[in-house]
Amino acid sequence: MAKLQQLVAHRLFWPLLALALLLAGNALFNPGFWNVEWREGHLYGNVIDILNRASPLILIALGMTLVIATRGIDVSVGAVVAISAATAALMIGGKLEIHGDVTTYVSRFPMWLAIACALGVALLCGLWNGLLVARVGMQPIIATLILMVAGRGVAQLITNGQIITVYYAPFFVIGNGFLFGLPVAVYIAAIVFIALQLVVTRTALGMFIRAIGINPPAARLAGVRQRWITLWVYAFCGLTAGVAGLIISSNVKSADGNNAGLLMELDAILAVTLGGTLLTGGRFSLAGSLVGALIIQTLTSTIYSIGVPPEINLVVKAAVVFAVMLLQSSEFRRAVRGILWRGPAAPAGGHP
Amino acid sequence: MSAGLGASTTEPAASGRTAAAAQAPSGVKARWRGIDPKYVPVTVTVSLFALMGGFGSAFYTGFFSAQVFFNLLIDNAFLCIVAVGMTFVILSGGIDLSVGSVVALTTMVSASLVEHHQWGAATVIPLVLAMGAAFGAAMGFLIERFRLQPFIVTLAGMFMARGLCYLISIDSISITSPFYTAVSQARFALWGQASITVGAILALAVVAVGVYLAHWTQFGRTVYAIGGNEYSAVLMGLPVARTTVLVYMLSGFCSALGGVVFTFYMLSGYGLHAIGMELDAIAAVVIGGTLLSGGVGYVFGTLFGVLILGIIQTLIMFDGSLSSWWTRIVIGGLLFVFCLLQRVFEGRRG
Repeated sequence: MAKLQQLVAHRLFWPLLALALLLAGNALFNPGFWNVEWREGHLYGNVIDILNRASPLILIALGMTLVIATRGIDVSVGAVVAISAATAALMIGGKLEIHGDVTTYVSRFPMWLAIACALGVALLCGLWNGLLVARVGMQPIIATLILMVAGRGVAQLITNGQIITVYYAPFFVIGNGFLFGLPVAVYIAAIVFIALQLVVTRTALGMFIRAIGINPPAARLAGVRQRWITLWVYAFCGLTAGVAGLIISSNVKSADGNNAGLLMELDAILAVTLGGTLLTGGRFSLAGSLVGALIIQTLTSTIYSIGVPPEINLVVKAAVVFAVMLLQSSEFRRAVRGILWRGPAAPAGGHP
Repeated sequence: MSAGLGASTTEPAASGRTAAAAQAPSGVKARWRGIDPKYVPVTVTVSLFALMGGFGSAFYTGFFSAQVFFNLLIDNAFLCIVAVGMTFVILSGGIDLSVGSVVALTTMVSASLVEHHQWGAATVIPLVLAMGAAFGAAMGFLIERFRLQPFIVTLAGMFMARGLCYLISIDSISITSPFYTAVSQARFALWGQASITVGAILALAVVAVGVYLAHWTQFGRTVYAIGGNEYSAVLMGLPVARTTVLVYMLSGFCSALGGVVFTFYMLSGYGLHAIGMELDAIAAVVIGGTLLSGGVGYVFGTLFGVLILGIIQTLIMFDGSLSSWWTRIVIGGLLFVFCLLQRVFEGRRG
């Protein structure tokens, strides 16, 4: 019994339960849901597909987790995704050249340079946010709102208002390629997750971030380099959005300044909240955000696969956010407890 | 609960700022001699608008005309109405991200009821206004009662309203009702050839009502008091809980009214209408000189914030060589400059 209570009290219990229920529901509707086949040298199946599609969201959610843990928020990630995607697509471009029988794909700049530039631009975007929050002292939502407004304009400026199509096959590996049977994007997300988890748990960084989230001035007085850490947390969030932008543009083989990463910030915030990270800062869980992102992607896939109109997706997500928010609110829990336990049928203090 | 009590809440902030300015002779007061420091942000906004108007008149032929000015109002009437509601929310120290999607939901419900169910405008318009107010009040209740962050509650509200739009229809519904087309084409001649639409008149009326609410009613004074310091407002015995809910209800109502005007303007209902309008509204409020930390600002400034956003678009249109996405970049840049200015003013206050 004590073990059960310990299990229920675990931070990841509810997110994992939600994910398990979703997966079970899927298996019920679609008996072939869990089927994974080996085809053309790699794995195929619904689960692999969900993992693959969730990777960009997982990456952004990881960056967002740290930002939210410092009592911040970054609403510009969607715009950063668009900027990074536009930069990479513009620099690679690519065309097919035929010399006799040999056809080769030629990119405008070397691919490593294009990727480095896209990530560099994304990092700069993050640093800009970080500077505004940590140095200038703006409220995080407003500081990142500026980039959210201007960022889409910048992305369209880069693409010149057009959808840039990429014709350079090696670039598609990032979003469509497979390594040892699994999608490359999943490896990227996994590597970032593991590295971040190690940094946060094996060094003092995790504790510093928590300290900043609980009480920023107190953390500074205690000798934590609050501004420095906050700055780089935003920079890291920008970088993860940049990687996500690369994966997305590589997956769709194009970059659309107007629509790439649209509403991504909301999905990322939702994933982080679902994972049990407090929006008021101070308590965060990277694994929770990972599970949260998987829940969102599974939900999306479920809605598509069971034939409900995909438009319902937004309403479902909104309902989920409202529910999670209320469950996180101690006032709400107290009110519910009051209703449940103060009723005439149940004696005071008795468990329902 | 006299008006005098409410007025006294704004005084400490104002006098604190004058004291700070007096301590630093090179500060705001010295540079803006003769202007009360609390009017500096609004003065900057109005001067900027005049400057941009002057610039446009000097460089582009045909820019300096009454109709171009009225077009600013006509094309941004819905934004102006939404931004007035947003001003109250930001004055109270909150934020409302759901406004754009409530506008879209209003156009959608209006179009669907008028076109598919043949309801009259006399029933549809009050209904959608009540719906917007109820939507806002529900979010305000969640924020107030359960101490949730306004940002995340209204974000969820934004999802919800957009989702409801798509539940009604994925496609755009165009409106052919004679009443709506008549209203949308109605023009009221002012002087010369210049004329104005119903939407623009409504927008000006909303600004007037907003100014009255903010400065001459108990509600307005309580909003300023909550934005200044919510805890002190509670200790003073002000109806903080009720006012917080009312503020979001007002914002929801303004969004719905903005949506009605938008319906007249576009003559259609569509789930993708007004995407990103919440950002424009926030930008207008900030550029209008309202501090994002709450408690300081003027509804009148918001009108000029909206006009500045409008004039940027007009300038880019008149120039012809700049692409439309420059609008977003310039608005982002302006937002940045005004936020920086706010930090400077806040620094002087604290």
